[in-house]
Amino acid sequence: MTQDLTGYPLALTGPDRPMVRFAGVSKSYGDLQVLDRLDLEVAEGEMVTIIGPSGSGKTTVLRMLMTLETIDEGVIYVDGNPLTHMPRGDVLVRADRHHLRRERANIGMCFQHFNLFPHMTALENCTEGPIHVLGLTKAEARDRAEELLEMVGMIDKRDEFPARLSGGQKQRVAIARALAMRPKVMLFDEVTSALDPEVTGEVTEVIRKLVAQHNLTMLMVTHQMGFARDISDRICFFHNGRIEEQGPPQDLFGNPQSERTQQFLSAVNEAI
Amino acid sequence: MSYSDFLVIHGPRLLGGTWITVQQTVLAAVLAVLIALLFGLLKISPLRPVRALASVYIEVFRGTSLLVQLYWIFFVLPLFGITIDKFTAGFVAVGLNLGAYGAEVVRGAIQSVPRGQWEAALALNLSPARRMWRIILPQALVNMLPAWGNLMIEVLKGTALVAMISVADLMFEARQINGSTYLSAQVFGTALVIYYLLGRLGVTPLMRWLEKTVARRMGRV
Amino acid sequence: MEWKWDFTLQILPRLIEATGATLMAAAFGYLIAMVLGLGLALAQRTPYGALTRVVREGVEFIRSTPLILQIFFVFYVAPQFGVTLSPWVAGMLAIGLHYAAYLSEVYRGGLESVDRGQWEAATSLNLGTAHAYRRIILPQALPNAIPGMGNYLVGILKDTPMLSVIGVGELMHTANAIGAETYRFLEPFTLVGLIFLTISLPLAELVRRAETRLRRKLGLVK
Repeated sequence: MTQDLTGYPLALTGPDRPMVRFAGVSKSYGDLQVLDRLDLEVAEGEMVTIIGPSGSGKTTVLRMLMTLETIDEGVIYVDGNPLTHMPRGDVLVRADRHHLRRERANIGMCFQHFNLFPHMTALENCTEGPIHVLGLTKAEARDRAEELLEMVGMIDKRDEFPARLSGGQKQRVAIARALAMRPKVMLFDEVTSALDPEVTGEVTEVIRKLVAQHNLTMLMVTHQMGFARDISDRICFFHNGRIEEQGPPQDLFGNPQSERTQQFLSAVNEAI
Repeated sequence: MSYSDFLVIHGPRLLGGTWITVQQTVLAAVLAVLIALLFGLLKISPLRPVRALASVYIEVFRGTSLLVQLYWIFFVLPLFGITIDKFTAGFVAVGLNLGAYGAEVVRGAIQSVPRGQWEAALALNLSPARRMWRIILPQALVNMLPAWGNLMIEVLKGTALVAMISVADLMFEARQINGSTYLSAQVFGTALVIYYLLGRLGVTPLMRWLEKTVARRMGRV
Repeated sequence: MEWKWDFTLQILPRLIEATGATLMAAAFGYLIAMVLGLGLALAQRTPYGALTRVVREGVEFIRSTPLILQIFFVFYVAPQFGVTLSPWVAGMLAIGLHYAAYLSEVYRGGLESVDRGQWEAATSLNLGTAHAYRRIILPQALPNAIPGMGNYLVGILKDTPMLSVIGVGELMHTANAIGAETYRFLEPFTLVGLIFLTISLPLAELVRRAETRLRRKLGLVK
């Protein structure tokens, strides 16, 4: 599939350039359009939460940013540089393996099902990337990992294998593992959906702490509306592959403009 | 000599060998199924000595090589007054060997029939033999047929060893032709392709058809 | 015919020596199969569809044709192309290739059993493909492959007698030679069977235990 990319800049410059920018991004699986010319910008240090009914394309947005999915049209920029594409001469072409690997380093992700490496201890999960990708020494990687495990409250379990951890504990290790790569952008994909209700708190606490103490740019997909409202700078409501409505949490939750948003929020409230 | 010339001259001989291979395969397969049923059933007998006997058979035939068994049957048995012609010795060895592997398949399939079926059969007060024959075995058959598909390919491949006791099968004829012509690539290559086609166009479709037929008759489709 | 104990004792040392050759053949053949099989499995996981299909067909072909014929093929065909292989080299190549086809299927099953999320996590940590295979995917795929691998280790051992047909001096070959020299077949052939039993039965048990231990060591036991 070729597309005309002449309209897209080779890089974003200027002091107010966004940390993440989706420019006209579309994606289909066969006949099913999951994203329809999405434009979305996330500023440095901003916490943006994506909500919406299932199948609205929320998770796809995160997976594209992590390069787990390819895009059909448009360009995604991260920290000024194109992620999905790369400049050749004065046009953009589809990114090759090396470009993806270089640009992907800006992004970290936590998954719904944790995806910890089951044959490595909590600590080894956190040092694998820093040692082998970032080139840290074992001691440096270990210090960094221990500091992060301390932050997520898992330092006591650093030598345990994932099979011996609870869901909430696994997710906290997964957060430490992603942070150990020092990403500029963190993605949280329904990180509490697979957890028992009584342990979601330990994971949301960690994310709250991150928001309060660090200047990370974060994108989150969640079904926990209360949590989203508490910590987000902005909420995007997705519907049929587009942003139906977006704004600060108090506006979007308190005074939704779109009828679809109102329907969705009242359905969610009833469920609670 | 071009390959077509080669086929014209030696093709008939290879085809003759193929016919013997087919016979060996069919006879060995029948024997293997009978042996497998017998020892598979003995292996789950409530009587400990019976189970032990089945275990010994299965472990001995699976624990030694087919070639060793073939030589033993052909060279050693006559020393005890049991003389078997080479054709019979060939398929008997293959059948006994693969039957031991099949016995484990039969046992596993029978044991995978849900407990409720055993209990229901018992509740109907069927005799043990009838219980096995009418209720359990038919269901086990559906479970075990896919594994038998692989075993039948092993039977076909196993028959190539009968050439070592001079049964004039495909393998034997190929060796003979190689010995007189030294056209090794042509003759062995052709033989490999024939074996492949026998499996791909003969054994495998047949077993698939059997699987489907049995599944349909059991109302599983 | 009666079993002769003095004859048995007389030929036993020779057979035991040949057992060494049998074990060596099995070990070398298996080593080749392990490496080659991994190549065949990985070749079917590249993005190139044509390569996958060709390798698939090749594996099917090797698996559904007799090993003994493949041994002859390698041994006699190589000289036609100007390469003369010793019986050992030809035998190892043939048996290694044959079992590589089987092992590639075992590896493939193991690789496919690894959760897709593991690849995604590896990508999210920016691990390269080779690194992800080596450190993340293969260590999880191998325990799933161990039972199958173990069965084929026993299998390759039991197939080594076929190497005797091209003159590899393993157990079967030696037993044949003894038979030809002495016209006594009862003892040598029976002993060969017993030797195989004494090796393959404990080996099968060992494989079962190794599997359990490996799973525990890798933290995969719940």
